[in-house]
This record gives sequence, C-alpha cells and structure tokens, in this order.
Amino acid sequence: MSSASMKPGLPGQAVSIAQPAWVRASHWLNALGVILMVLSGWRIYDASPIFPFRFPPSITLGGWLGGALQWHFAAMWLLAVNGIVYLALNLATGRLRRRFWPLSPAAVFRDLGAALRGQLSHDDPFHYNAVQKAAYVGAVLLLVLLVASGLVVWKSVQFPLLRELMGGFESARVVHFVAMAGIVLFFAVHVAMVALVPKSLRLMILGK
Amino acid sequence: MNSGPESIKSAAPGALGHLDRRELLKDVQRLLPVPARRRFLQRGVTLGGLAMVTGCSVSDSKTAESLLMSVSRLNDRVQAWLFDPTRLAPTYPESMITRPFPFNAFYGIERAPEVDAASFRLQVGGRVELKRPWTLQQLAVLPHQEQVTRHICVEGWSAIGRWGGVPFGQFLQLVGADLQAAYVGFKCADSYYTSIDMPTALHPQTLLALTYDGRTLPREYGFPMKLRMPTKLGYKNPKHIVELFVTNDYPGGYWEDQGYNWFGGS
Repeated sequence: MSSASMKPGLPGQAVSIAQPAWVRASHWLNALGVILMVLSGWRIYDASPIFPFRFPPSITLGGWLGGALQWHFAAMWLLAVNGIVYLALNLATGRLRRRFWPLSPAAVFRDLGAALRGQLSHDDPFHYNAVQKAAYVGAVLLLVLLVASGLVVWKSVQFPLLRELMGGFESARVVHFVAMAGIVLFFAVHVAMVALVPKSLRLMILGK
Repeated sequence: MNSGPESIKSAAPGALGHLDRRELLKDVQRLLPVPARRRFLQRGVTLGGLAMVTGCSVSDSKTAESLLMSVSRLNDRVQAWLFDPTRLAPTYPESMITRPFPFNAFYGIERAPEVDAASFRLQVGGRVELKRPWTLQQLAVLPHQEQVTRHICVEGWSAIGRWGGVPFGQFLQLVGADLQAAYVGFKCADSYYTSIDMPTALHPQTLLALTYDGRTLPREYGFPMKLRMPTKLGYKNPKHIVELFVTNDYPGGYWEDQGYNWFGGS
C-alpha cells in the first residue's frame, strides 16, 4: 500500500501517489457495491412502488423479487464492510481531515461559480476544490443514511432508536428511496465530471 | 399472510411470465394425485430457478445462484444472532388499523380454502409430549391475547391489523414441546408450508391467532388459525394452519424453498 505520508512536491519523490492504493481499492469496491444495491433495490421497489412509477425490469438486477432480495442482502456486506474500512482508514491516516477540511458553504458557492464559468482548475491532484469536497462528503453521508434507513426497513423491531429517527417503518422506506435517488444523482454528475476531466479516471486507477 | 411477489395486486409487468408459470403449476398440482404432485412440485422448483437465471444475465450461472443462496443462509445465522427475544414490535391504537385489511396469498381470494369448523382438528407433532389433536373449542378456552401490530410484506407494503389468540410460547409449553429444538414447522390447508426459529416461536408477541379484529378469524385472513408474528414478514406468518410440529430437521417453506430468506423477519 502506498503511504499517505507522500506529499506533493516533496524532494526526491518525482512520482508521488495522490490516491493511495487503499483509497482506489475501496473506491471501486464501493462503486460495485452501490451499483449492485441500486439495481437490485429497483427490482425490490417494483414489487410495491411508493410512487406512481416502476423501474423498467430490464434495467434491474435479480430477475424476480426473490432474486433481487438475494442480491441486495449479499451486496450489502460488500457495501457495509468496505464502507467501514474506508471510513476507519480515512480517520486513522488523517486523510479525512487533510482532504476534506476545511469545508464551508461560502467556499462551495465560490468554487461552484468558478466551475460554471469554466475557471475551476483540477491541476493539483492532492487537493479537492470545495465542490468536490462537498460532493464526496455528501456521497458518504448519503450512503450512511442509506445504511441506516435500510436497517430500519430490514429490522424495524431490532433498531427502535433508528426506527424512531426515521419516523417509523413507512417513512424509513421513503428515506431509503430518496437517499438512493441522491446517490444516483451523485453518480450521474460524478461520471459526467470524469468524462470532462479524464485524468481523474487515471488518478483513481493508477493513483497518480 | 402468505404474501409473495406473484400476487396479482402488484406483480411487475416483466414478472408476468414467471407468474403465469407458477400459477399454472399450482393449478396442475391440484389436479394431480399426491405422488405425481410431489414430483411436479420438485420440477416446479427447478423451473422457478430456471426463470430466475434466465431473467437476469448477471446470474447466468449456477455458481452465482448457489453463492447467493449461501449468503442467504449466512444471513439467517446473522439474523438469529441479532434477534433480541425481549424486544417488542411497536403496537398501535385501534384507530390506526388499516381498513379494509388487504387480502394477500399466492392465489386469488376466491380460492382461499374452506375449512369445516366442526370437524377441524389441529395436529400437533414432532418433539412434543402431548401429541393429541385439538378442536377449535379446546383452543378457544386457552389464554387469549390481543395485539394491534404492523404486518410487513416482503414486497414492501405494510398494514396495521388486530389479531387475538393464544400466546404461542404458552401453547408450546402446554403441549410439552422441546423448547431447545431448532424449528417449528407448519402445514396449511392451502398446501402452504413454512417454518420458524424457536426464539421467534417463544417471542411474547407470537400468537396462534384465532380472531381478527374481535371476531372469529375470517376465511380470507386464514381461518381457522394463523400464526401471527409482528417480528416476521408476511410470508413467514402461515394461514389456515392444520398441523404444526417441533423439529431439529430444517423444514423449509413454500417461498423459502424458491429463494426467499428463511429467517425473513426483524
């Protein structure tokens, strides 16, 4: 694993790693986990839609409700275990603070304005701009919310505190759906940004 | 209730082929003599598995399917470990009861079985000391408990209902059941079958329900009795129970054998 101690511009480190291997590994495992959870989740949703629409079965995973549930409750382990490892390593290595601190709404609006005018640079792979920070922290929070609301939908009796926080079983389903919609929106913008800044894909594969 | 994705109510358009096949199988099974029916059922399960494979390109291999099945078995163990036998499901005021309470089964309401109350006997077997059949009158005089709880279907919808009946843990003690055994299995008048873990069977809110909303359990909700567990999904709550047995041999279940999670609860 690449050490987090490699810093930009350190002498003697001509090629420094901006994203250590554990970040890249957990990123792609998370991507796989989210895709499996969302596609199987759509199939489960279709069995009893909350809103007046269904997802086309052809873009869902599992073939039928029972299959989709099996996928969902298998991929949840990938998503949860990988997510815990990601958060733990971010805390332990100090990457969380280094990468995401400070983060203020003012900075997000400033950078968002700059980005929309085409003036936001992605030149330094060691620093996220405020929009990136907000988006990535937001994605992490959405995943935490998805896990918490999912626990209530799955185990409403065993997690009474979470259940009350979600406003009961029925609204936990709505929270789960809305958080899913949020992560799908993030995914769409994220992939669009990768298309606009292709070197970010290289960065997340090779680390530099 | 014996809910499932193939209920007419909410089957997704793409699942219709699967639904038709299963409905057809069910019809054929009823027309066949018992041994043939059993063979057909086995083939039916394989067909169901086949539909699952063909319905999804990602699981186009037996390996993926059996891997998912073993994760589901692992999840059974995790859920048994998570299950706190003293934790109660929320209860609600009667004003919140869903009216009308939805009918749900793997067949239409007109096919719900007719059970003759006078001649009915509940068979109790397996690892119990008192292996005698019970009439409905004998069950009616046992301790009675009422609950207004939320019934949650595996499909995601839920409804609040009021059930009354014998606390199942007390019934098991009464018949001298081996409370260390792993499973309680159920056979139903509509050929449905399922099984539950012993800790859930002994949960204080698990009822051998004989009434719904203060009156005799009606046919559409499972006459003469259903096992009501607010800690389990609908398909784990068997209706029209005619036989129950305590065992250490995994009895499976109608939907569970087709891939629904066996623990299936909260």
